[in-house]
Amino acid sequence: MMVNSLGRELPEKVGSYIVRPYGSEAVETAVTVRTNRTAGTRSNGGSKLLGSIVAALEACGLQSGMTISFHHSFREGDLVVGQVMAAIRELGIHDLRFAPSAVVNLSNFSLAEYVRDGTITRIEASGIRGELGDSLIDGSIRMEEPAILRPHGARPRAIEMGELAIDVAFIAVSASDEYGNSTGQIGTNICGSLGYSFIDARSARKVVAITDTLVDYPCCPASISQQYVDYVVKVDKVGDSGKIGAGAARLTKNPRDLTIAQRVAEIIAASRRFQEGFSFQTGAGAISIACTKFLSEQMERRGVTASFALGGITSGIIDMYDAGQVRVVECSQSFDARAAGAIYSRPGVREIDNADYANAYSKGNFLDHLNFGVLGALEVDTDFNVNLLTGSSGRMMGGLGGGPDVAEGADISIVTLPIVRGRTPSVVRRVFTCCTPGETVACVVTQAGIALNPHHRHYGELREDLERAGIKPVTIQELQQLAEEITGVPEPIRTTDRVVAVVEYRDGSVVDVIRETVF
Amino acid sequence: MEIKETSMVGTLELGDVEITLWPNPGKGIEIELESDVKLQFGGAIERAVREELARFSIENACVRLVDKGALDCVIRARMACAICRGVGVPYDWAKEDGEK
Repeated sequence: MMVNSLGRELPEKVGSYIVRPYGSEAVETAVTVRTNRTAGTRSNGGSKLLGSIVAALEACGLQSGMTISFHHSFREGDLVVGQVMAAIRELGIHDLRFAPSAVVNLSNFSLAEYVRDGTITRIEASGIRGELGDSLIDGSIRMEEPAILRPHGARPRAIEMGELAIDVAFIAVSASDEYGNSTGQIGTNICGSLGYSFIDARSARKVVAITDTLVDYPCCPASISQQYVDYVVKVDKVGDSGKIGAGAARLTKNPRDLTIAQRVAEIIAASRRFQEGFSFQTGAGAISIACTKFLSEQMERRGVTASFALGGITSGIIDMYDAGQVRVVECSQSFDARAAGAIYSRPGVREIDNADYANAYSKGNFLDHLNFGVLGALEVDTDFNVNLLTGSSGRMMGGLGGGPDVAEGADISIVTLPIVRGRTPSVVRRVFTCCTPGETVACVVTQAGIALNPHHRHYGELREDLERAGIKPVTIQELQQLAEEITGVPEPIRTTDRVVAVVEYRDGSVVDVIRETVF
Repeated sequence: MEIKETSMVGTLELGDVEITLWPNPGKGIEIELESDVKLQFGGAIERAVREELARFSIENACVRLVDKGALDCVIRARMACAICRGVGVPYDWAKEDGEK
């Protein structure tokens, strides 16, 4: 057993996975990036269109034991993962490594079922919420290899370091021509940014574009280029644009969430970094959407405009762009139908590669230039460590998303959460699963007060700025005690030694592991 | 005191608890708990239930709780209500004054 610099106990090996503890050594960066991409030739043009998904699987030579990938830009409206997996099962292919950019709950696809029948035996994603995650935690489904959970920015790194070599990438697109130029921006069922799939298109051995709308050559705009695409398949429907929202884009009426959002906007406005040309990422939860609105009001009041807004984009950000408050909107993901359509209709609303958004191991990414990042969390502890994955009920509740990336990348990273949810305290002594290292979190904002992290690199500056604005922080310990007074002291959750998932950091080191819970 | 009839209180709203209480003549206290926070608060919830029963000198009862994350004070208030209804007595507010 080892202990990493965050105090989390880690085994040295899980299955065949060798654990490299967080904070132990720097990553080698002067290495040649890897790709599985094959050259191929199609000197005579023609069509790459095949009649069915099964035909594409055969043409790609998909075999048992290989690695397949998908993107999650359609979120819960995705219909492609289910169709492809059903075709794979039909062909009797099994023992696959399933490596989508994220696992979301899909109505036409049960990941747990495909693990139970052996079609899938390894999983690498940004989270595994839903039936499979819960079953892994309670031990009702067991896998020989741990699930590897990575933040968004770590996935392209893992691919380019050869840790995640993709055999076949299935890319759901809302429109494509017969030669594979394709996009998420036009067609019947748009998802907007395809940012998560760029790395797959560049790196997989075979790439299949799956669409429900074939357009004349050349497809314009094209996010995925013909040079990467092996085959094109037309299906009846790729997804439901109405379900790409992480939450409804309506402004919350919950006074608690509004209070938290208002406080975040006040903190941002108090910072010396809130000046002409600043940059921000607010995200897509209820608090985030309200926060975007309050931030917009602060910017108007102070006559300040932003150079860019980053990450998952909602219509609130598009409104700010239309009002001239944001010069460029860099979309790695579109969180509602209006934001999805905005890339096509507005020159300064750009679709960006997820690696360009968050991969720390490239020659540059947008997070390097981000001033303010607003983040959600399930739990935060008195060391400011953040849990994004597991709930106190012993269930898998979320995904890492870009949380750890944004926390480290942004100058001022702001974690927002209510101090309690029902009877569950969210400010705790020690998070159940550490996902974002506390040292990368600048402050925690709750309805009961703001706590600054004395170990954050910009602590002195932020404390001064808040003082000048008359904002009085409390300590994280005070918030934790208040939460405990409301809920009572929680009994510790007991676990076995069996590790079901490893939580990787941006550099591939392990911040924590998730063990089976004793119920 | 003895529970005379089945009583049911509370709701299944988040933050509330639905409690069903019924007679269990001569067989002591039996508690059945369903809760999302059972891992962390199952013990505390059971303790609150037993203490409320003891406060009314109830020695025999079956209690079923479907908890939706209710705070301790909510569980105790719902229990007191369930007991008063089950026994058929009004709640003695004066007693509350005495305790303060």
